[in-house]
Amino acid sequence: MNLVASFLAGLVFGLGLIVSGMANPVKVLGFLDLAGDWDPSLAFVMGGAIAVGTIAFFVARKRVVSLLGAPMRLPASRDIDRRLVGGNLLFGIGWGIAGFCPGPGLVALGMGEVKALVFVAAMLAGMGIWELLENRVKAPQ
Amino acid sequence: MVIDWNTFTPWSALAGGALIGVAAGMFVLLNGRIAGISGILGGLLKPARGDVAWRVVFISGLLLAPLVYALMAALPAPQIDAGYGVLVLAGLLVGVGTRYGSGCTSGHGVCGLSRLSPRSLVATAAFMAAGFVTVFVIRHLLQA
Repeated sequence: MNLVASFLAGLVFGLGLIVSGMANPVKVLGFLDLAGDWDPSLAFVMGGAIAVGTIAFFVARKRVVSLLGAPMRLPASRDIDRRLVGGNLLFGIGWGIAGFCPGPGLVALGMGEVKALVFVAAMLAGMGIWELLENRVKAPQ
Repeated sequence: MVIDWNTFTPWSALAGGALIGVAAGMFVLLNGRIAGISGILGGLLKPARGDVAWRVVFISGLLLAPLVYALMAALPAPQIDAGYGVLVLAGLLVGVGTRYGSGCTSGHGVCGLSRLSPRSLVATAAFMAAGFVTVFVIRHLLQA
């Protein structure tokens, strides 16, 4: 049952990305181009998502187990540090140069776009590089 | 700042956004987890027992969304202007950056802001600012 819910969450998320136009990098770049012909759509996507999400997270916050009996795994970290800011700046640069973030990259891959496959493969490589660097940092001297 | 009314799609943006909110909301209420796509995908690179299947099915849902959408309506074709070299660079930066920064547009932007996390607010401000500056540099300074 948990797996069915997980699949449906991914599916509905993907449908939302398609309906909102965010699976299309041109729409995303149109939002990021404040100085050009600006397309505010992405702000409306975030607004719609957060309006619904706030209600769900307000309910979720008070629960110890999920409706399907799984433990609630909400992030405990509250650190605002160099990793958080630096990582997100790097992500933002990558996002700005091609208009893809992880979700839309995967959805466009599902559309059979070869260019999305290249992006997703490089993204996985990037995540792998992080994994290697992390293990080196954490390895005992 | 000039709004391009020809490309601005407020209603489908709101509707699609609401669907994304429903997905994130059902995931936290039913599964107790954050719908953070970079984290869900990245976790597969270091698989732990009992921690793989839910990630695979969530990602499968994302990948199959276009197929399901196509059953109901004509699937809009994405326009990807970036060349292959740029896509590789973008993918590497997004991959490394989202893992260092513990999230992306979904985990920090949608879920984090929905639960009023100051950490996610800083993260979202950082990636948005970097995105704005990057597009400004590429389109208006380099005019590429």
